[in-house]
Amino acid sequence: MLSSKHILSMDDLNSDDIARILETAESFAEVNERRIKKLPTLRGLTIVNLFLEPSTRTRMSFEIAAKRLSADGVNFTASSSATVKGESLRDTAATLSAMNCDLVIVRHKYAGAPRMLTEMMDCPIVNGGDGLHQHPTQALLDLYTMKRALGHLEGLKVGIVGDISHSRVAGSLIPALRKVGATPIVIAPPTLLPSRPDVLGAEVAWDLDEVLPELDVAYMLRIQMERADGMPFPSLREYARLYGMNAARMARMKPEAIVMHPGPMNRGVEISADVADSERSFVLAQVESGVAVRMAVMYLLLGGGDSGVAA
Amino acid sequence: MTKHTKAVVMDATAVERALTRVAHEVLESNKGAEGLAFVGIVTRGAVLAQRLAERIREIEGAEVPVGTLDISFYRDDLATRFNPEVRRTDLPFDLSGRCVVLVDDVLFTGRTIRAAMDALMDYGRPSCIRLAVLVDRGHRELPIRADFVGKNVPTSSRERVKVHLAETDGEEAVVIYGDEEGDE
Repeated sequence: MLSSKHILSMDDLNSDDIARILETAESFAEVNERRIKKLPTLRGLTIVNLFLEPSTRTRMSFEIAAKRLSADGVNFTASSSATVKGESLRDTAATLSAMNCDLVIVRHKYAGAPRMLTEMMDCPIVNGGDGLHQHPTQALLDLYTMKRALGHLEGLKVGIVGDISHSRVAGSLIPALRKVGATPIVIAPPTLLPSRPDVLGAEVAWDLDEVLPELDVAYMLRIQMERADGMPFPSLREYARLYGMNAARMARMKPEAIVMHPGPMNRGVEISADVADSERSFVLAQVESGVAVRMAVMYLLLGGGDSGVAA
Repeated sequence: MTKHTKAVVMDATAVERALTRVAHEVLESNKGAEGLAFVGIVTRGAVLAQRLAERIREIEGAEVPVGTLDISFYRDDLATRFNPEVRRTDLPFDLSGRCVVLVDDVLFTGRTIRAAMDALMDYGRPSCIRLAVLVDRGHRELPIRADFVGKNVPTSSRERVKVHLAETDGEEAVVIYGDEEGDE
């Protein structure tokens, strides 16, 4: 039971909602350690994964979450669906509506596509990543991982390093951290920052080495090497040298500080292999948290009647 | 919460006596404390399970493992009686082969117990499951009965039966409130 029917961006969740999701996820994490990792909770409900942009880990995470709650998960992916034949998002939504699904997880290359779906469908919609906008369940699982690793969220200093201007992960993580009383610091060269970094709501730093000793979490963003317009820095080597996490940098962080990465990693670019495999890297913990957090989101959105919103 | 109290059906002494008797009955039916385990349904069942284990320690000097069970994820009424306050299930022992005594405060429709049995089965294969409740108020909707009952309290289905315990409510009493939708 959350204050919003949908989760399209972190704006839909207040700090109580976030606390509730993280608490509920803890109960589901316990289920994920059992031999029988299945609950009858959402039996009979249909959850559609509408992934119109390539994704493996997020889609799998949602899929596993749905299965563990006994919901029937249906995958609708771009390459194998009518969208290849030119079906519009509007028609896809109408089709899904006609099939009476109970929850739709949507990933789309355009920001705002999940919001458009809410106008065309009656069921709750969860944004699984839209364009350069937001990826709220990633931010929630990141909060969960930080809380598990460091014991609390309030007062944490979290450095988000990398391509801020093209990152929907940062787009959700910055407001999420602010809502729980943590301090986000974006760390990037000016060419990887939006032209008005002050609107992000985060502190801005250009020099990673300068802020490194203050950080509780170093959150390394992926350099999106597949971007068509090339990378706005001279070379990957230079980026790795100035903004990559490596053993020498990790040694200068607080002893309890942790390193995170939303995956998939470019080893040797934003994170070196030895750091990625070290015990201070929480990359796999993030993946593990993802299932529990997404189970919590499904449970809280689908509980309490058809609308999902408490009276 | 303004509900008019109809009757206090058990006071602190009555609750104590009932628990002591139930502890003896459990020992008698199990022929000792060997292989026993108490699993309390949150919140008040968990408190009662703890107290039953203490009684058995006093009577037999034996340690009976105690666990707590949250059945939110196993309910059949998610759409109407959704519980967002999920608490952790904690079963720090292997259920398999044990005689598990489920403990709850009030037995009413039996649906909670159905859910609890389903939950237990996902954790292991107990040799048997018994049910101990402080109050049996009748009005079952499923073929479920308690093996050990603190007190049978005839009620109308519109009344509410509430168990107050020192650990959770600061006082000890079983109270019937009138003219409300059914509960527990």
